[in-house]
Amino acid sequence: MAQVTPDSPPATEPLLKVRGLEKHFGAVQALYAVDLDLPAGYVTALCGDNGAGKSVLTKCVSGVYQPDHGQVFWEGHPVHIHSTRDASRLGIETVYQDLALCDNLDIVQNMFLGRELQRRRLLDEDEMERQSAKTLSNLRVTTVRSIRQPVASLSGGQRQSVAVAKAVMWNSKLVIMDEPTAALGVNQTRQVLDLVKRLRDRGLAVMVISHNLNDVFEVADRIAVLHLGRMVIEDKAAAFDRQSLVEYMTTGSLSRTARRGAPAETS
Amino acid sequence: MARIEAPDLPPDPTAAVQAAAAELPPELVAQTFGQYARAYVARVRSGQSGVLPVVAGLVAIMVVFEVISPNHVFLSAGNLVNLFQQSAVFMVLAMAETFALLLGEIDLSVGFVGACGGVIAVQLVQPATTSWPWWAAILAALAFCAAAGAIQGTIITRLGIPSFIVTLAGFLIFNGVMLILLLLGPFSGYPNLNIQDPNVQVLFNLMAGTIDPTVSWIAMAIMVLGLGAILWFGDQRRRRSGLVAPPVSLTVLKIALIAAAGIVVVAISDINRANFGTLAGVPWVVPIVLAVLGAWTVLLERSKYGRYVYAIGGNAEAARRAGINVALIRTVAFTLCSMTAGIGMILYASYIGGMSNNVQGGQLVLFAVAAAVIGGTSLFGGRGKVIHGVLGGLVIGGIYNGMYLQGLDVQRIFIVTGLVLLAAVSIDALSRRAATAGGGARV
Repeated sequence: MAQVTPDSPPATEPLLKVRGLEKHFGAVQALYAVDLDLPAGYVTALCGDNGAGKSVLTKCVSGVYQPDHGQVFWEGHPVHIHSTRDASRLGIETVYQDLALCDNLDIVQNMFLGRELQRRRLLDEDEMERQSAKTLSNLRVTTVRSIRQPVASLSGGQRQSVAVAKAVMWNSKLVIMDEPTAALGVNQTRQVLDLVKRLRDRGLAVMVISHNLNDVFEVADRIAVLHLGRMVIEDKAAAFDRQSLVEYMTTGSLSRTARRGAPAETS
Repeated sequence: MARIEAPDLPPDPTAAVQAAAAELPPELVAQTFGQYARAYVARVRSGQSGVLPVVAGLVAIMVVFEVISPNHVFLSAGNLVNLFQQSAVFMVLAMAETFALLLGEIDLSVGFVGACGGVIAVQLVQPATTSWPWWAAILAALAFCAAAGAIQGTIITRLGIPSFIVTLAGFLIFNGVMLILLLLGPFSGYPNLNIQDPNVQVLFNLMAGTIDPTVSWIAMAIMVLGLGAILWFGDQRRRRSGLVAPPVSLTVLKIALIAAAGIVVVAISDINRANFGTLAGVPWVVPIVLAVLGAWTVLLERSKYGRYVYAIGGNAEAARRAGINVALIRTVAFTLCSMTAGIGMILYASYIGGMSNNVQGGQLVLFAVAAAVIGGTSLFGGRGKVIHGVLGGLVIGGIYNGMYLQGLDVQRIFIVTGLVLLAAVSIDALSRRAATAGGGARV
């Protein structure tokens, strides 16, 4: 699965399929009949200007919000995701922008937070440490000095890595990352983007929400653009260039000048 | 070298792909005592000083007061036992307060809620009235305290009112309740434990009653061996499976320190400390404090519940997103806090030999918070240990005791205690600043 080239369209049913999703808050319509596919083994970037509905769409998928209309299909079957627990049970994990880590706990304690292993009614620290170390080394997160150091002492990139490792440790199939590189420097951004690619190569579906076009073009196989609550385009990344993507994000459509610049419009 | 061998893990998407990558950097595990010592120094420098400041403070208090106390009685067996008894109430109340502090909350009501428990226990055993057996009286008292804590905790968590306000109200309410409870029965507000009744004497002897020296030695040996075995086999298992573990020499050092502490305590207590006749043996309050310390240490550091308390204190939102029932954990913490305060104030009643309206509930709360913070527990939540309350309680008890030996009045004792508290929170604040400055530099 990891060998599939990103350019060939997903042959099978996408892991997660959203059809006609609508959500409003009072009088404000946040999403209008949104369609979205998240195939396994692909990084899908969700782009859009502020207020385009990226967070709302994400939260509908991760169980924080309930959509008003529309259907979500997981591995081809219609599902109702009522809570983040439901999402976790399906294999959907969200890495929030603020990472949701406890600074005072160490890496192992954070990775197992809320799902601690127990032996004779006490915490099984040995087994948790073993599994955490295994997950981290599988993701090649090797820059941390000790798996028992408190998260407060980690760099931004390491913290992001721990949050991602925490998300994928539970056999998750879809990882949603909200602005994973927003607060990071150049080296740390590289660490995180490499990590995203490794997740894809492991056959996971990844959805990255990002404002940073460099990151989007670097890591995304597919790009979906929201504009004012509508999904204006969803295509493979090669179908976009910077100019066309910016135009989709800001205006919701493509003018002729930009269209000429886009190389792969014929797909 | 850190090897990771875990044959029966849940299926992992890439288990096969990267078996070769399953090696962690070698510096992850300090293998020799020297390396560990260097790592420890680095940790202290980076602001995680642990119990180091309070232990240093305790040593300083001992040295100073031993030198200046009249006839150098500070470190005499009689005074040391006395010091522990004086500190015991502070210690237990500080351990109680630790539950609230770890959540980043405060419980101002522990003094009077605990005092209500003390009064209930003292009243119920009175042969003239109810004449309950001592254990039933204690259970009733602790149940009352737990209920008081549960109600306050529920109000704090369900209504979202700051714990400071709710427990301030509780402080006043239970001060009143304590006075009402005191007036029950024919004791005109001063129920007394100094009665020649075997049942009442059990409560009277919680603080001062002594354990037979032979029994003390055997019990101490069993405890040291048990703790030593847990430490030794635990660390050994972690070393064998390549997990982060201290070097053998450090494990041995820890066990040796525990054994030394046990021997010193029992040996000192077994010296005859009476001016006339014989008074020797470990007072019952020592195993009681140790039992509270042990139980709450296991709960907070080895159980799921304790892990959640730390998580909520560190980042309540992260805990909530991890599926933790934050409201329940916090309510239970306030319940345990109040219940532990009940233990503390039953010891207080035993020390005083009864209960009266002289209980300084407000001052006791502040000393409890001070003791926990002096011991190293953070006021800002998520950092601290139960043992910090015991060490901090010893510091406060030591200052009190030492200054009384000097014949100093209470004004000066307050000032010195206040300065020590200020020093302790300054260390806490400075170490936190060092921790934030030191972290985040690595990529």
